[in-house]
Amino acid sequence: MSDHARTLPGAGDGGRTPSDDTSRPANGPARHGGWPLWEVFVRPRRGLAHHHVGSLHAPDAELALRNARDLYTRRQEGVSIWVVPAAAITASSPDEKDAFFDPAADKVYRHPTFYEVPEGAPHL
Amino acid sequence: MRTTVDHLLALGDDALVAAQRLGEWVAAAPELEEDIALANIALDQLGAARMLLTYAGELEGAGRDEDALAYLRDDREFRNCLLVELPNGDFAVTMAKLLFLAAYQLPLYTALSGCADERLAAIAGKARKEVAYHLDHARLWTLRLGDGTAESHRRMQSAVDEIWPYTHELFQPDPTAPVDPAGLRAEFLAIVEPVLAEATLTRPADGWAPEGGRRGLHTEHLSYLLAEMQVLHRAHPGARW
Repeated sequence: MSDHARTLPGAGDGGRTPSDDTSRPANGPARHGGWPLWEVFVRPRRGLAHHHVGSLHAPDAELALRNARDLYTRRQEGVSIWVVPAAAITASSPDEKDAFFDPAADKVYRHPTFYEVPEGAPHL
Repeated sequence: MRTTVDHLLALGDDALVAAQRLGEWVAAAPELEEDIALANIALDQLGAARMLLTYAGELEGAGRDEDALAYLRDDREFRNCLLVELPNGDFAVTMAKLLFLAAYQLPLYTALSGCADERLAAIAGKARKEVAYHLDHARLWTLRLGDGTAESHRRMQSAVDEIWPYTHELFQPDPTAPVDPAGLRAEFLAIVEPVLAEATLTRPADGWAPEGGRRGLHTEHLSYLLAEMQVLHRAHPGARW
């Protein structure tokens, strides 16, 4: 598990409650040092979805947005930014990987491969 | 009005010295994120300085390029305002300096972007957008520090009180300049006063107004800044990366 995943609640917390973490007030944002952690999503251009690009620390949402601008759009990477408190993200746990994801492995019928692609629809 | 070398040096040296001061925060800012924010702002200022000094060198016609102007002049030849050469102090002082500088540069560059000198107007048009962001950054921090804890309020008020006198020099009349700075003070106050009020800070009274930077009469701080900025170039003239 990466350091990054460990900061997400539910990512291998092993059932700890927020109050176990003295650096984080109950229901408050995840903290590291002084400032809470934020996850950053950037939309590269119009028509595309926002993608997760990384995380950062900021005292509040307004400054998180600006820090994201400075950290993740220095080279014209995007036209829109979302910042989300890391603590607001519920993540799947690596411990649950088998139960979550393995059952999909042998269900080939979920892939749309059982019919002919019509003529003249190359990008379907 | 016709653009002169001195006008370009005043603009360029403000930007250059501000960039050098802000660069001192690199690896020393309170948080990594702020480190990068200040470095970005410093590089914006440096970018403007390079264009302005290059233009100044060409207008002068004595064969001096941006490097010759940045690295081979002594303090008496610099035309920057005193405000930018003042030491960074604590983070509050740095934010007060940035707030006042940006609140001056924003209306200045906005006016210059419409001036008759097309080259200067183009430089100002680019810098104006960057400075709008600098102002935003300084404003947000001034609000948070001023309206934060008792200690942050005390420090921010003390920073504003310390830097305020140096803002008067920015608006010294110069009817020969492409944009007379005297006409910008009303816009400066219209930006700064609401920020101070919202940050629960007292707007200092106008009084003592140190000046001299535009004539090359600087505080003792500039020599030290220049020594650090220029030492490499002077030790190894023409050194390149």
